[in-house]
Amino acid sequence: MNVSPQAQASAKATVLEVRDLRTIFRFRGGTLWAVNGVSFSLAAGELLGVVGESGSGKSVTMMSLMKLLPMPPAEIVSGSVRLGERELLGIDPKTMREVRGGEVGFIFQDTMTALNPVFTVGYQIMEPLRAHLGLSRKAARARAVELMALVGIPSPAERLDDYPHQFSGGMRQRVMIAIALSCDPKVLIADEPTTALDVTIQAQIVELVKSLRRELGMAIIWITHDLGVVAGLADRVLVMYGGLVVEHAPVDSLYARPQHPYTRALLETLPRADTEKAGRLKSIGGQPPNLLAPPQSCPFAPRCAYAFSRCHSENPPLFALGGGHDVACWWDIDQGAPRRDA
Amino acid sequence: MLRYTLRRLLLAIPTLLVISFVIFALLDLAPNDPTANLPTTIPPEVREQIRLSLGLGEPFLIRYLKWLYQFFVNEPLNLLQSAFGIEIGDASERLRLRSWTTRSPIVDLIVERAPQTLTVVGLGYLTGILIALPIGIISAYRKYSWFDQIGTLVSMIGFSVPTFFTGLLLIIIFSVNLNWLPSIYDTSLRVTDWGSFTAQLKQMAMPVAVLGLYNAAQISRFMRASMLENFGQDYVRTARAKGMSEHVVIFVHVLRNSLIPVVTVIALGVPQVFGGAIITEQIFRINGLGELLISGIQSADIPLVQTLTFIFAVLIVTFNLIADILYGILDPRIRYE
Repeated sequence: MNVSPQAQASAKATVLEVRDLRTIFRFRGGTLWAVNGVSFSLAAGELLGVVGESGSGKSVTMMSLMKLLPMPPAEIVSGSVRLGERELLGIDPKTMREVRGGEVGFIFQDTMTALNPVFTVGYQIMEPLRAHLGLSRKAARARAVELMALVGIPSPAERLDDYPHQFSGGMRQRVMIAIALSCDPKVLIADEPTTALDVTIQAQIVELVKSLRRELGMAIIWITHDLGVVAGLADRVLVMYGGLVVEHAPVDSLYARPQHPYTRALLETLPRADTEKAGRLKSIGGQPPNLLAPPQSCPFAPRCAYAFSRCHSENPPLFALGGGHDVACWWDIDQGAPRRDA
Repeated sequence: MLRYTLRRLLLAIPTLLVISFVIFALLDLAPNDPTANLPTTIPPEVREQIRLSLGLGEPFLIRYLKWLYQFFVNEPLNLLQSAFGIEIGDASERLRLRSWTTRSPIVDLIVERAPQTLTVVGLGYLTGILIALPIGIISAYRKYSWFDQIGTLVSMIGFSVPTFFTGLLLIIIFSVNLNWLPSIYDTSLRVTDWGSFTAQLKQMAMPVAVLGLYNAAQISRFMRASMLENFGQDYVRTARAKGMSEHVVIFVHVLRNSLIPVVTVIALGVPQVFGGAIITEQIFRINGLGELLISGIQSADIPLVQTLTFIFAVLIVTFNLIADILYGILDPRIRYE
């Protein structure tokens, strides 16, 4: 790669622009502040990795974009989501449905439960084709066979009338991808698509997505907690913690010089293949933040080795470090000193 | 599927034989005397002769085998004869299962009584299902709404208040106080014109309502629980993510999955249509199968009770099998091999 991904991304048009998205869940016992002002953008053909531990708000953010959360209890309090020229928040349900599946495809984690067990995979692939593209039964069937071939399912014509339980986990995930790609979406949101698969199948799915991206050129948001997968796949990475973006950087820059203590801690937890003795797996001490109130201070401060007084009283904004690398931290990890306000 | 069905059918034979033996033995062991209701002026020797003529002089096993033979061979042959109008073997020599009290063949009694039970109780069950399914679906979709809360309350009442209470309540309100509906079911009523049709509707209204409420209470709870379970499934989110309309999500994706257990419950409940509505039949004086069974028990008509009870057992075994097969048809993950 001669041209940096960042330069490539900025050269292309922005397909998705999210500004200050806030999502809460109202329960009888109180309110859960799941997403607390997330902003990011996605360029055409770009692959954005979103990492963070469970409960960091990465899935909820992406589900909020497409209003796929059960509402109530979920509620999108504020923000703006622009897909192309169109604002998606506050759009009418019918248009929203046309966007879902039509312009934005989804892949989910659990391949066993994400497909409806009582319908054939062919039916499930044909459904969006008929609803969004208005294809006839025959045309939809032909297209479904093409899609299944595209995602690498062997003898697709025969397998069209099989049920999900007759497929293996990896093949079911391919079916999910075929459904997500059926209407040629501009954006594909993959919510931990490889987490439920074993490592060899994971690698196959990652390869498949890479090649599909080269062929079809859609933008992809890849949610995962596997930093290894993101390293080999993404152009840019968002690191989320406590419903906030804590670091945002081109992939090389993020792995070369992680700026947020949380990102560093995450990278340290990765087991390495190149060390002699593995030793014990590292973990990040402490508990994920309790989100029963909107964060007033840095949510990572209680677990942070670098935390100082300001971290406990004020929530840091994203500081731009240049080269598209942003970090939300009061501590300048390179200088070993508190960051001066920009 | 076919092999599975055949195997299940073959397995049903020993099951039914065991059930028939238990029913026969239990009722035979019960202390009773078929001559006890006869006038006391009849001398003991005559009573003994009556008992012998009823076949009670034979050992237990012989009586059991004879009953079994009549049930499985003679009566089916008679039914075939009357159905197709043909003569199989010597029909006049064939021993039939007879009631001790009326001396008429039991099968004839059942054929007389079954239509009332099937129309009233069957309609009650059908009404129950037709009310229950939409209520269950709406309650699940609008969970904890007013509709759901009221549905829960009504179901709880319908489920916990016995039919003899709701039946009497309806009779007091609509027959005694308002005088709108007859409290006694008239079996001799023939539907020939509009007037007799409305009369038939009127006399069916209360028993059908009582049974409908009771069955609807049960089935709507099942439907609601099943829908709720499926609403939480990931494939629902997938369907929404594909941009399917709520209508398609509910009535295609969720409903199809939710119906699997409910259809099984409905199929398993069908034998109750024949046997379980005994009390309702008593209250409204419908001379159906339930009423036949009760009168048989009261007059110690052992062969009648044995035969009816065993027919209920056959129905239960049959509908269990039907429920299993339906399950296999509705759920592609189930393959009976």
